[in-house]
Amino acid sequence: MKRTTARTTTPAPRLLIALAALALAFLLLPLIGLLLETPWAQLPALLTTTTATEALRLSIITSLLAAAVATILGVPLAWVLARKEFTGQRLVRGIVLLPLVLPPVVGGVTLLTAFGRRGLVGQYLYDWFGIQLPFSTAGVVMAEAFVAMPFLVITVEGALRNIDTRYEQAARTLGASPRTVLFRITLPMISASLLAGIVLAWARALGEFGATITFAGNFPGVTQTLPLAVYSALEVSRDEAIALSLVLLAVSLTVLVSLRGRFLGSRS
Amino acid sequence: MRFPLLAALALSLALASCAPPTADNDDATTITVSAAASLTDAFTEIGEAFTEANPGIEVRFNFAGSSTLAEQINAGAPVDVFAAASSLSMDRARDALAEPTLFASNSLAIAAPAGNPAGIVSLADLQDPNVTFIVCAVQVPCGAATEALLERNGLEVTPSSLEPDVRAVLTKVIADEADAGIVYRTDTAAAGDQVEQIAIADEVNVINHYPIAATKAAPQAADAFVDFVLSESGQQILRTWEFASP
Repeated sequence: MKRTTARTTTPAPRLLIALAALALAFLLLPLIGLLLETPWAQLPALLTTTTATEALRLSIITSLLAAAVATILGVPLAWVLARKEFTGQRLVRGIVLLPLVLPPVVGGVTLLTAFGRRGLVGQYLYDWFGIQLPFSTAGVVMAEAFVAMPFLVITVEGALRNIDTRYEQAARTLGASPRTVLFRITLPMISASLLAGIVLAWARALGEFGATITFAGNFPGVTQTLPLAVYSALEVSRDEAIALSLVLLAVSLTVLVSLRGRFLGSRS
Repeated sequence: MRFPLLAALALSLALASCAPPTADNDDATTITVSAAASLTDAFTEIGEAFTEANPGIEVRFNFAGSSTLAEQINAGAPVDVFAAASSLSMDRARDALAEPTLFASNSLAIAAPAGNPAGIVSLADLQDPNVTFIVCAVQVPCGAATEALLERNGLEVTPSSLEPDVRAVLTKVIADEADAGIVYRTDTAAAGDQVEQIAIADEVNVINHYPIAATKAAPQAADAFVDFVLSESGQQILRTWEFASP
Protein backbone atom coordinates (compact mmCIF):
# COMPACT_ATOMS: atom_id res chain seq x y z
CA MET A 1 0.00 0.00 0.00
CA LYS A 2 2.77 2.40 0.92
CA ARG A 3 4.38 1.79 -2.43
CA THR A 4 1.20 2.70 -4.31
CA THR A 5 0.95 6.05 -2.51
CA ALA A 6 4.58 6.82 -3.29
CA ARG A 7 3.94 6.09 -6.95
CA THR A 8 0.98 8.43 -7.33
CA THR A 9 2.64 11.36 -5.60
CA THR A 10 5.85 11.32 -7.66
CA PRO A 11 5.48 14.19 -10.15
CA ALA A 12 6.05 13.05 -13.73
CA PRO A 13 7.57 15.28 -16.42
CA ARG A 14 4.94 16.16 -19.02
CA LEU A 15 7.15 15.01 -21.86
CA LEU A 16 7.33 11.57 -20.29
CA ILE A 17 3.56 11.29 -20.09
CA ALA A 18 3.22 12.44 -23.70
CA LEU A 19 5.73 9.90 -24.98
CA ALA A 20 4.12 7.15 -22.91
CA ALA A 21 0.76 7.99 -24.47
CA LEU A 22 2.37 7.90 -27.91
CA ALA A 23 3.91 4.51 -27.19
CA LEU A 24 0.56 3.13 -26.05
CA ALA A 25 -1.20 4.54 -29.13
CA PHE A 26 1.44 2.95 -31.36
CA LEU A 27 0.73 -0.46 -29.84
CA LEU A 28 -3.01 0.03 -29.55
CA LEU A 29 -3.93 1.44 -32.97
CA PRO A 30 -3.27 -1.78 -34.93
CA LEU A 31 -5.53 -3.65 -32.50
CA ILE A 32 -8.27 -1.07 -32.91
CA GLY A 33 -7.86 -1.26 -36.68
CA LEU A 34 -8.35 -5.02 -36.52
CA LEU A 35 -11.42 -4.71 -34.29
CA LEU A 36 -12.98 -2.11 -36.61
CA GLU A 37 -12.45 -4.33 -39.64
CA THR A 38 -13.77 -7.45 -37.96
CA PRO A 39 -16.91 -8.73 -39.67
CA TRP A 40 -18.69 -9.43 -36.36
CA ALA A 41 -21.89 -10.75 -37.94
CA GLN A 42 -20.10 -13.44 -39.94
CA LEU A 43 -17.70 -14.28 -37.14
CA PRO A 44 -19.40 -17.52 -36.00
CA ALA A 45 -19.52 -18.79 -39.59
CA LEU A 46 -15.92 -17.79 -40.30
CA LEU A 47 -14.60 -19.48 -37.16
CA THR A 48 -16.41 -22.77 -37.72
CA THR A 49 -15.04 -23.55 -41.17
CA THR A 50 -13.04 -26.78 -41.39
CA THR A 51 -9.87 -24.77 -41.98
CA ALA A 52 -10.44 -22.68 -38.86
CA THR A 53 -11.35 -25.53 -36.52
CA GLU A 54 -8.56 -27.79 -37.79
CA ALA A 55 -6.02 -24.99 -37.44
CA LEU A 56 -7.26 -24.14 -33.95
CA ARG A 57 -7.16 -27.77 -32.82
CA LEU A 58 -3.67 -28.25 -34.27
CA SER A 59 -2.44 -24.99 -32.74
CA ILE A 60 -3.66 -25.93 -29.28
CA ILE A 61 -2.16 -29.44 -29.41
CA THR A 62 1.21 -28.40 -30.85
CA SER A 63 1.65 -25.34 -28.65
CA LEU A 64 0.92 -27.36 -25.49
CA LEU A 65 3.36 -30.07 -26.59
CA ALA A 66 5.97 -27.43 -27.45
CA ALA A 67 5.52 -25.83 -24.02
CA ALA A 68 5.95 -29.28 -22.43
CA VAL A 69 9.14 -29.96 -24.41
CA ALA A 70 10.44 -26.48 -23.56
CA THR A 71 9.74 -27.11 -19.85
CA ILE A 72 11.19 -30.61 -19.61
CA LEU A 73 14.39 -29.56 -21.40
CA GLY A 74 14.46 -25.89 -20.44
CA VAL A 75 14.23 -26.16 -16.64
CA PRO A 76 17.36 -28.36 -16.36
CA LEU A 77 19.20 -26.00 -18.70
CA ALA A 78 18.14 -22.99 -16.63
CA TRP A 79 19.29 -24.77 -13.45
CA VAL A 80 22.72 -25.51 -14.92
CA LEU A 81 23.09 -21.91 -16.13
CA ALA A 82 22.04 -20.48 -12.76
CA ARG A 83 23.91 -22.82 -10.44
CA LYS A 84 27.04 -24.03 -12.21
CA GLU A 85 30.14 -22.17 -13.22
CA PHE A 86 31.83 -23.46 -16.32
CA THR A 87 34.00 -22.20 -19.14
CA GLY A 88 32.02 -21.00 -22.11
CA GLN A 89 29.01 -20.23 -19.94
CA ARG A 90 28.47 -16.86 -21.61
CA LEU A 91 28.60 -18.50 -25.02
CA VAL A 92 26.08 -21.12 -23.92
CA ARG A 93 23.74 -18.42 -22.62
CA GLY A 94 24.09 -16.57 -25.93
CA ILE A 95 23.19 -19.72 -27.84
CA VAL A 96 20.18 -20.32 -25.58
CA LEU A 97 18.90 -16.79 -26.21
CA LEU A 98 19.64 -16.81 -29.95
CA PRO A 99 16.12 -17.92 -31.04
CA LEU A 100 14.77 -14.76 -29.35
CA VAL A 101 16.56 -12.48 -31.78
CA LEU A 102 16.88 -14.74 -34.80
CA PRO A 103 14.26 -14.15 -37.51
CA PRO A 104 12.01 -17.23 -37.17
CA VAL A 105 12.49 -18.03 -40.87
CA VAL A 106 16.22 -18.33 -40.20
CA GLY A 107 15.34 -20.60 -37.29
CA GLY A 108 13.41 -22.77 -39.75
CA VAL A 109 16.35 -22.90 -42.13
CA THR A 110 18.73 -23.91 -39.32
CA LEU A 111 16.27 -26.62 -38.23
CA LEU A 112 16.27 -27.95 -41.81
CA THR A 113 20.07 -28.10 -41.85
CA ALA A 114 19.97 -30.12 -38.64
CA PHE A 115 16.79 -32.19 -38.83
CA GLY A 116 15.80 -32.11 -42.52
CA ARG A 117 16.07 -35.25 -44.62
CA ARG A 118 19.61 -34.28 -45.60
CA GLY A 119 20.34 -32.55 -42.32
CA LEU A 120 23.12 -33.25 -39.83
CA VAL A 121 20.98 -35.56 -37.69
CA GLY A 122 17.95 -35.80 -39.94
CA GLN A 123 19.74 -37.86 -42.59
CA TYR A 124 20.27 -40.71 -40.11
CA LEU A 125 16.71 -40.48 -38.82
CA TYR A 126 15.56 -40.77 -42.43
CA ASP A 127 18.01 -43.38 -43.72
CA TRP A 128 17.87 -45.65 -40.66
CA PHE A 129 14.32 -45.26 -39.40
CA GLY A 130 12.47 -43.59 -42.30
CA ILE A 131 11.56 -40.66 -40.01
CA GLN A 132 10.85 -37.38 -41.83
CA LEU A 133 10.39 -34.40 -39.53
CA PRO A 134 9.65 -31.76 -42.21
CA PHE A 135 5.97 -31.75 -43.24
CA SER A 136 5.00 -33.57 -40.02
CA THR A 137 3.15 -32.44 -36.90
CA ALA A 138 6.26 -33.39 -34.90
CA GLY A 139 8.14 -30.88 -37.05
CA VAL A 140 5.66 -28.17 -36.01
CA VAL A 141 6.24 -28.98 -32.34
CA MET A 142 10.02 -28.80 -32.87
CA ALA A 143 9.81 -25.44 -34.64
CA GLU A 144 7.60 -24.05 -31.87
CA ALA A 145 9.75 -25.46 -29.05
CA PHE A 146 12.84 -23.99 -30.73
CA VAL A 147 11.52 -20.43 -30.59
CA ALA A 148 9.69 -20.83 -27.25
CA MET A 149 12.36 -22.41 -25.05
CA PRO A 150 14.42 -19.22 -24.46
CA PHE A 151 11.41 -17.57 -22.78
CA LEU A 152 11.23 -20.40 -20.28
CA VAL A 153 14.98 -20.59 -19.71
CA ILE A 154 15.47 -16.88 -18.98
CA THR A 155 12.42 -16.72 -16.70
CA VAL A 156 13.41 -19.78 -14.68
CA GLU A 157 17.11 -18.91 -14.58
CA GLY A 158 16.30 -15.45 -13.22
CA ALA A 159 14.09 -16.97 -10.52
CA LEU A 160 16.74 -19.51 -9.53
CA ARG A 161 19.31 -16.75 -9.11
CA ASN A 162 16.97 -14.70 -6.90
CA ILE A 163 15.85 -17.30 -4.36
CA ASP A 164 17.56 -17.66 -1.02
CA THR A 165 19.77 -20.76 -1.30
CA ARG A 166 19.93 -21.17 2.48
CA TYR A 167 16.69 -23.17 2.40
CA GLU A 168 18.27 -25.62 -0.02
CA GLN A 169 21.44 -25.79 2.06
CA ALA A 170 19.37 -26.40 5.20
CA ALA A 171 17.53 -29.23 3.51
CA ARG A 172 20.86 -30.75 2.43
CA THR A 173 22.31 -30.61 5.96
CA LEU A 174 19.14 -32.31 7.20
CA GLY A 175 19.91 -35.19 4.86
CA ALA A 176 17.70 -34.55 1.82
CA SER A 177 19.05 -35.92 -1.46
CA PRO A 178 19.76 -33.41 -4.28
CA ARG A 179 16.71 -34.77 -6.06
CA THR A 180 14.47 -34.21 -3.04
CA VAL A 181 15.87 -30.69 -2.64
CA LEU A 182 15.08 -29.94 -6.29
CA PHE A 183 11.50 -31.22 -6.18
CA ARG A 184 10.55 -30.30 -2.59
CA ILE A 185 12.41 -27.02 -2.08
CA THR A 186 13.75 -25.43 -5.26
CA LEU A 187 10.87 -25.95 -7.69
CA PRO A 188 8.13 -25.00 -5.17
CA MET A 189 10.06 -21.80 -4.35
CA ILE A 190 10.16 -20.72 -7.99
CA SER A 191 6.69 -22.04 -8.89
CA ALA A 192 5.25 -18.62 -9.80
CA SER A 193 8.13 -17.85 -12.18
CA LEU A 194 8.08 -21.37 -13.54
CA LEU A 195 4.40 -21.00 -14.36
CA ALA A 196 5.03 -17.60 -15.94
CA GLY A 197 7.85 -19.12 -18.03
CA ILE A 198 5.67 -22.00 -19.19
CA VAL A 199 2.81 -19.67 -20.14
CA LEU A 200 5.12 -17.28 -22.00
CA ALA A 201 6.70 -20.19 -23.87
CA TRP A 202 3.25 -21.52 -24.70
CA ALA A 203 2.06 -18.13 -25.96
CA ARG A 204 5.17 -17.78 -28.13
CA ALA A 205 4.63 -21.29 -29.51
CA LEU A 206 1.00 -20.47 -30.29
CA GLY A 207 2.04 -17.47 -32.38
CA GLU A 208 4.92 -19.17 -34.17
CA PHE A 209 4.89 -18.67 -37.93
CA GLY A 210 8.21 -18.34 -39.75
CA ALA A 211 10.06 -21.37 -38.43
CA THR A 212 6.94 -23.51 -38.83
CA ILE A 213 6.23 -22.71 -42.49
CA THR A 214 9.92 -23.03 -43.36
CA PHE A 215 10.64 -26.25 -41.50
CA ALA A 216 7.28 -28.02 -41.30
CA GLY A 217 5.45 -26.71 -44.36
CA ASN A 218 1.78 -25.89 -44.60
CA PHE A 219 -0.95 -28.53 -44.84
CA PRO A 220 -4.40 -28.31 -43.23
CA GLY A 221 -4.80 -30.70 -40.33
CA VAL A 222 -1.12 -31.72 -40.29
CA THR A 223 1.07 -28.63 -40.13
CA GLN A 224 -1.24 -25.67 -40.78
CA THR A 225 -1.46 -23.92 -37.40
CA LEU A 226 -3.54 -20.78 -36.79
CA PRO A 227 -0.86 -18.27 -37.86
CA LEU A 228 -0.30 -20.25 -41.09
CA ALA A 229 -4.06 -20.38 -41.66
CA VAL A 230 -4.16 -16.58 -41.24
CA TYR A 231 -1.42 -16.23 -43.84
CA SER A 232 -3.16 -18.59 -46.28
CA ALA A 233 -6.58 -17.03 -45.69
CA LEU A 234 -5.29 -13.51 -46.30
CA GLU A 235 -4.83 -14.35 -49.97
CA VAL A 236 -8.43 -15.47 -50.48
CA SER A 237 -10.60 -13.96 -47.79
CA ARG A 238 -9.50 -10.98 -45.77
CA ASP A 239 -12.49 -11.48 -43.47
CA GLU A 240 -11.45 -15.01 -42.61
CA ALA A 241 -7.87 -13.86 -41.97
CA ILE A 242 -9.11 -11.13 -39.64
CA ALA A 243 -11.43 -13.53 -37.81
CA LEU A 244 -8.58 -15.99 -37.22
CA SER A 245 -6.26 -13.17 -36.17
CA LEU A 246 -8.84 -12.13 -33.63
CA VAL A 247 -8.80 -15.58 -32.02
CA LEU A 248 -5.02 -15.45 -31.65
CA LEU A 249 -5.23 -11.94 -30.24
CA ALA A 250 -7.94 -12.79 -27.75
CA VAL A 251 -6.09 -15.84 -26.47
CA SER A 252 -2.76 -14.03 -26.18
CA LEU A 253 -4.21 -10.98 -24.49
CA THR A 254 -6.11 -13.08 -21.96
CA VAL A 255 -2.95 -14.97 -21.10
CA LEU A 256 -0.78 -11.87 -20.82
CA VAL A 257 -3.27 -9.92 -18.72
CA SER A 258 -3.77 -12.77 -16.27
CA LEU A 259 -0.02 -13.31 -16.14
CA ARG A 260 1.21 -9.77 -15.73
CA GLY A 261 1.04 -9.48 -11.97
CA ARG A 262 2.86 -12.74 -11.44
CA PHE A 263 5.46 -12.12 -14.09
CA LEU A 264 6.45 -8.76 -12.69
CA GLY A 265 6.27 -10.12 -9.16
CA SER A 266 4.14 -7.17 -8.09
CA ARG A 267 1.21 -9.17 -6.76
CA SER A 268 1.50 -9.45 -3.01
CA MET B 1 2.10 -12.72 -32.20
CA ARG B 2 3.31 -12.71 -35.76
CA PHE B 3 1.26 -11.27 -38.58
CA PRO B 4 3.95 -10.72 -41.19
CA LEU B 5 1.64 -10.02 -44.07
CA LEU B 6 -0.69 -7.73 -42.16
CA ALA B 7 2.38 -5.92 -40.88
CA ALA B 8 3.79 -5.67 -44.38
CA LEU B 9 0.48 -4.33 -45.63
CA ALA B 10 0.30 -1.75 -42.87
CA LEU B 11 3.88 -0.75 -43.56
CA SER B 12 3.34 -0.38 -47.28
CA LEU B 13 0.25 1.70 -46.59
CA ALA B 14 2.27 3.96 -44.33
CA LEU B 15 5.01 4.25 -46.93
CA ALA B 16 2.50 4.97 -49.65
CA SER B 17 0.97 7.82 -47.73
CA CYS B 18 4.14 9.61 -46.68
CA ALA B 19 6.78 9.07 -49.34
CA PRO B 20 5.71 7.72 -52.72
CA PRO B 21 8.90 6.29 -54.24
CA THR B 22 7.35 6.80 -57.66
CA ALA B 23 7.52 10.58 -57.41
CA ASP B 24 9.24 12.07 -60.43
CA ASN B 25 12.76 13.11 -59.83
CA ASP B 26 15.12 15.21 -61.97
CA ASP B 27 17.95 12.69 -61.83
CA ALA B 28 16.38 9.25 -61.95
CA THR B 29 13.00 7.60 -61.69
CA THR B 30 12.60 4.38 -59.76
CA ILE B 31 9.70 2.14 -60.62
CA THR B 32 8.48 -0.72 -58.47
CA VAL B 33 7.51 -3.90 -60.30
CA SER B 34 5.55 -6.56 -58.44
CA ALA B 35 6.05 -9.83 -60.28
CA ALA B 36 5.02 -13.45 -59.75
CA ALA B 37 7.62 -15.62 -58.00
CA SER B 38 8.06 -17.69 -61.16
CA LEU B 39 9.32 -14.58 -62.99
CA THR B 40 12.19 -14.03 -60.53
CA ASP B 41 15.06 -14.91 -62.89
CA ALA B 42 13.58 -13.73 -66.17
CA PHE B 43 12.46 -10.34 -64.80
CA THR B 44 15.71 -9.72 -62.98
CA GLU B 45 17.47 -10.06 -66.32
CA ILE B 46 14.82 -7.98 -68.10
CA GLY B 47 15.23 -5.29 -65.43
CA GLU B 48 18.96 -5.08 -66.08
CA ALA B 49 18.44 -4.91 -69.86
CA PHE B 50 15.72 -2.27 -69.39
CA THR B 51 17.90 -0.01 -67.24
CA GLU B 52 20.70 -0.39 -69.77
CA ALA B 53 18.34 0.75 -72.54
CA ASN B 54 16.76 3.49 -70.34
CA PRO B 55 19.59 4.81 -68.13
CA GLY B 56 17.27 7.26 -66.34
CA ILE B 57 14.99 4.57 -64.93
CA GLU B 58 15.81 2.24 -62.06
CA VAL B 59 13.66 -0.86 -61.55
CA ARG B 60 12.94 -2.32 -58.13
CA PHE B 61 11.36 -5.77 -57.95
CA ASN B 62 8.97 -7.27 -55.46
CA PHE B 63 8.68 -11.02 -56.13
CA ALA B 64 6.03 -13.10 -54.34
CA GLY B 65 2.97 -15.25 -54.98
CA SER B 66 0.63 -13.41 -57.39
CA SER B 67 -2.27 -13.36 -54.92
CA THR B 68 -0.10 -11.80 -52.19
CA LEU B 69 0.98 -9.14 -54.67
CA ALA B 70 -2.63 -8.45 -55.69
CA GLU B 71 -3.59 -8.11 -52.02
CA GLN B 72 -0.71 -5.67 -51.45
CA ILE B 73 -1.84 -3.52 -54.40
CA ASN B 74 -5.41 -3.50 -53.08
CA ALA B 75 -4.10 -2.33 -49.72
CA GLY B 76 -2.41 0.62 -51.43
CA ALA B 77 1.18 -0.60 -51.81
CA PRO B 78 3.19 1.80 -54.00
CA VAL B 79 3.50 -0.45 -57.04
CA ASP B 80 3.87 0.75 -60.63
CA VAL B 81 3.72 -2.47 -62.63
CA PHE B 82 2.08 -5.80 -61.81
CA ALA B 83 3.01 -8.99 -63.67
CA ALA B 84 0.93 -11.96 -62.50
CA ALA B 85 1.07 -15.66 -63.27
CA SER B 86 -2.63 -15.81 -64.09
CA SER B 87 -5.45 -13.47 -65.11
CA LEU B 88 -7.43 -14.69 -62.11
CA SER B 89 -4.94 -13.19 -59.63
CA MET B 90 -4.60 -10.04 -61.66
CA ASP B 91 -8.36 -9.55 -61.62
CA ARG B 92 -8.25 -9.26 -57.81
CA ALA B 93 -6.43 -5.95 -58.17
CA ARG B 94 -8.16 -4.99 -61.42
CA ASP B 95 -9.57 -1.68 -60.10
CA ALA B 96 -6.10 -0.28 -59.51
CA LEU B 97 -4.71 -1.36 -62.87
CA ALA B 98 -4.65 -0.19 -66.48
CA GLU B 99 -5.69 -2.62 -69.24
CA PRO B 100 -3.54 -5.80 -68.91
CA THR B 101 -1.72 -7.48 -71.82
CA LEU B 102 -0.67 -11.14 -71.95
CA PHE B 103 3.11 -11.42 -72.33
CA ALA B 104 4.06 -15.07 -71.74
CA SER B 105 2.77 -18.52 -70.99
CA ASN B 106 4.03 -21.35 -68.88
CA SER B 107 3.11 -24.96 -68.17
CA LEU B 108 3.73 -27.34 -65.30
CA ALA B 109 6.42 -29.95 -64.74
CA ILE B 110 7.47 -32.29 -61.95
CA ALA B 111 10.73 -31.39 -60.27
CA ALA B 112 12.67 -34.06 -58.38
CA PRO B 113 15.89 -33.57 -56.39
CA ALA B 114 19.13 -34.22 -58.32
CA GLY B 115 19.41 -37.96 -58.96
CA ASN B 116 15.64 -38.43 -58.55
CA PRO B 117 15.96 -40.59 -55.39
CA ALA B 118 12.33 -41.74 -55.45
CA GLY B 119 12.52 -42.71 -59.14
CA ILE B 120 9.57 -40.58 -60.28
CA VAL B 121 8.82 -41.02 -63.99
CA SER B 122 5.25 -39.80 -64.34
CA LEU B 123 2.39 -38.03 -62.60
CA ALA B 124 0.95 -41.43 -61.58
CA ASP B 125 3.99 -42.04 -59.34
CA LEU B 126 2.76 -39.27 -57.05
CA GLN B 127 -0.03 -41.64 -55.95
CA ASP B 128 2.51 -43.82 -54.11
CA PRO B 129 1.92 -43.02 -50.42
CA ASN B 130 5.67 -43.33 -49.76
CA VAL B 131 6.42 -40.45 -52.10
CA THR B 132 6.68 -37.08 -50.32
CA PHE B 133 5.56 -34.46 -52.81
CA ILE B 134 4.69 -30.80 -52.36
CA VAL B 135 2.70 -28.29 -54.36
CA CYS B 136 1.75 -24.60 -54.33
CA ALA B 137 -1.21 -23.49 -52.22
CA VAL B 138 -4.35 -23.24 -54.33
CA GLN B 139 -4.51 -19.46 -53.69
CA VAL B 140 -1.48 -18.84 -55.91
CA PRO B 141 -1.61 -19.44 -59.70
CA CYS B 142 0.75 -22.45 -59.69
CA GLY B 143 -1.47 -24.06 -57.04
CA ALA B 144 -4.64 -23.44 -59.02
CA ALA B 145 -2.93 -24.87 -62.11
CA THR B 146 -1.72 -27.88 -60.10
CA GLU B 147 -5.23 -28.55 -58.85
CA ALA B 148 -6.52 -28.39 -62.44
CA LEU B 149 -3.70 -30.69 -63.55
CA LEU B 150 -4.43 -33.33 -60.89
CA GLU B 151 -8.14 -33.15 -61.66
CA ARG B 152 -7.58 -33.37 -65.39
CA ASN B 153 -5.53 -36.51 -64.93
CA GLY B 154 -7.95 -38.04 -62.45
CA LEU B 155 -5.33 -38.25 -59.69
CA GLU B 156 -6.50 -38.60 -56.09
CA VAL B 157 -3.37 -37.58 -54.21
CA THR B 158 -2.52 -35.83 -50.95
CA PRO B 159 0.50 -33.54 -51.05
CA SER B 160 2.64 -33.08 -47.93
CA SER B 161 2.57 -29.30 -48.01
CA LEU B 162 0.86 -26.36 -49.69
CA GLU B 163 3.68 -23.85 -50.13
CA PRO B 164 3.09 -20.09 -50.34
CA ASP B 165 4.69 -19.72 -53.78
CA VAL B 166 6.32 -21.78 -56.50
CA ARG B 167 9.87 -20.86 -55.46
CA ALA B 168 9.22 -22.24 -51.97
CA VAL B 169 8.31 -25.58 -53.60
CA LEU B 170 11.44 -25.49 -55.76
CA THR B 171 13.71 -24.62 -52.81
CA LYS B 172 12.45 -27.57 -50.77
CA VAL B 173 12.88 -29.95 -53.70
CA ILE B 174 16.43 -28.68 -54.29
CA ALA B 175 17.13 -29.24 -50.57
CA ASP B 176 15.88 -32.83 -51.03
CA GLU B 177 13.24 -32.41 -48.32
CA ALA B 178 10.62 -33.65 -50.76
CA ASP B 179 10.81 -36.41 -53.40
CA ALA B 180 8.94 -34.30 -55.92
CA GLY B 181 7.25 -30.96 -56.38
CA ILE B 182 4.92 -29.62 -59.03
CA VAL B 183 6.36 -26.39 -60.38
CA TYR B 184 6.47 -24.48 -63.63
CA ARG B 185 8.62 -25.79 -66.47
CA THR B 186 10.56 -22.54 -66.27
CA ASP B 187 11.45 -23.18 -62.62
CA THR B 188 13.12 -26.48 -63.43
CA ALA B 189 15.02 -24.64 -66.17
CA ALA B 190 16.10 -21.96 -63.68
CA ALA B 191 17.26 -24.58 -61.16
CA GLY B 192 19.55 -26.27 -63.72
CA ASP B 193 21.35 -29.38 -62.42
CA GLN B 194 19.94 -28.97 -58.93
CA VAL B 195 16.71 -30.67 -59.95
CA GLU B 196 15.63 -33.29 -62.43
CA GLN B 197 12.68 -32.33 -64.60
CA ILE B 198 9.99 -34.90 -65.30
CA ALA B 199 8.06 -33.44 -68.23
CA ILE B 200 4.28 -33.53 -68.44
CA ALA B 201 2.92 -34.01 -71.97
CA ASP B 202 1.22 -30.94 -73.48
CA GLU B 203 -2.11 -32.71 -74.06
CA VAL B 204 -2.54 -33.45 -70.32
CA ASN B 205 -0.79 -30.30 -69.05
CA VAL B 206 -2.25 -26.99 -67.85
CA ILE B 207 -1.14 -23.73 -69.43
CA ASN B 208 -0.96 -20.45 -67.47
CA HIS B 209 -1.07 -17.15 -69.33
CA TYR B 210 0.81 -14.27 -67.71
CA PRO B 211 -0.70 -10.75 -67.86
CA ILE B 212 1.14 -7.49 -67.19
CA ALA B 213 -0.28 -4.03 -66.47
CA ALA B 214 0.84 -0.69 -65.12
CA THR B 215 -1.11 0.65 -62.15
CA LYS B 216 -3.39 3.63 -62.83
CA ALA B 217 -1.30 5.89 -60.61
CA ALA B 218 2.02 4.86 -62.18
CA PRO B 219 4.41 7.30 -63.91
CA GLN B 220 5.17 6.97 -67.67
CA ALA B 221 8.29 4.99 -66.91
CA ALA B 222 5.99 2.12 -65.91
CA ASP B 223 4.47 1.99 -69.41
CA ALA B 224 8.00 2.00 -70.83
CA PHE B 225 8.75 -1.09 -68.74
CA VAL B 226 5.57 -2.87 -69.89
CA ASP B 227 6.45 -2.04 -73.52
CA PHE B 228 9.95 -3.39 -72.97
CA VAL B 229 8.61 -6.73 -71.65
CA LEU B 230 6.43 -7.01 -74.78
CA SER B 231 9.26 -5.93 -77.11
CA GLU B 232 11.54 -8.25 -79.09
CA SER B 233 14.36 -7.98 -76.52
CA GLY B 234 12.04 -8.60 -73.57
CA GLN B 235 10.45 -11.59 -75.24
CA GLN B 236 13.87 -12.99 -76.16
CA ILE B 237 14.94 -12.95 -72.50
CA LEU B 238 11.69 -14.71 -71.54
CA ARG B 239 12.45 -17.43 -74.16
CA THR B 240 15.92 -18.04 -72.70
CA TRP B 241 14.17 -18.80 -69.37
CA GLU B 242 11.85 -21.15 -71.30
CA PHE B 243 8.68 -19.10 -71.11
CA ALA B 244 6.45 -19.68 -74.15
CA SER B 245 4.74 -16.97 -76.21
CA PRO B 246 1.43 -15.77 -74.66
